[in-house]
Amino acid sequence: MKILYFAWVREKVGLSGEDVSPDIPVDTVTDLVEWLKTRGDNYARAFADPALVRVAVNQDYVDPDAAVGQNDEVAFFPPVTGG
Amino acid sequence: MSIQVQQHDFDVAREMKDLTAGNPAIGGVCMFVGLVRDMAGDDSISSMTLEHYPGMTEKALEDIEAEALARWPLQSTRIIHRYGQLQPGDQIVFVAATSRHREAAFEACHFLIDWLKTKAPFWKLESGPEGGHWVDARTSDDEATKRWQQKE
Repeated sequence: MKILYFAWVREKVGLSGEDVSPDIPVDTVTDLVEWLKTRGDNYARAFADPALVRVAVNQDYVDPDAAVGQNDEVAFFPPVTGG
Repeated sequence: MSIQVQQHDFDVAREMKDLTAGNPAIGGVCMFVGLVRDMAGDDSISSMTLEHYPGMTEKALEDIEAEALARWPLQSTRIIHRYGQLQPGDQIVFVAATSRHREAAFEACHFLIDWLKTKAPFWKLESGPEGGHWVDARTSDDEATKRWQQKE
């Protein structure tokens, strides 16, 4: 699974992206976030308030209960502020 | 589709020419240009850095443009959004719509910038004397987007 981080989520995690293979069953975005949070304080800090983090799967916005699979691109970022 | 995500500046006069060239059916052009302000609340800003999600950004802008073309009888549209480091006074974003009669161009132009603000994956980092901070999403932008949802 390809994971991307943007803006302050990227800064808190300390990575712009990574390939991951969770060692527990991960079926939804929420599962993925819970698993990521177990990987270190940097992840725990980035996802401390999941309501502040937006998610896209394969470049489409999704809700936290959306399905994710091994071949998906999952991106985490703050609410957008363009324009 | 005529969307562009770029680091370099754009020329409004040239965009206007491109939007209307060879189409005498166009009776009106409405354009919006967003600039970098020098203040954020009470803090002064020395520069602003725009980050985006390559791939998803283009897709989101194409969707926004397609939505405008589906809702209004437009002759042409254009969206340009810059990324990278910008200074106060710099142009950030350009949206434009042309139509036979002005109402469609006015409404579509307003719609394009409102939707872009809440849907295109860009993030602003403001830098000033106090250091850098990420701009928070504004509730007023969400409200502006809702207005167009009610019109559906």
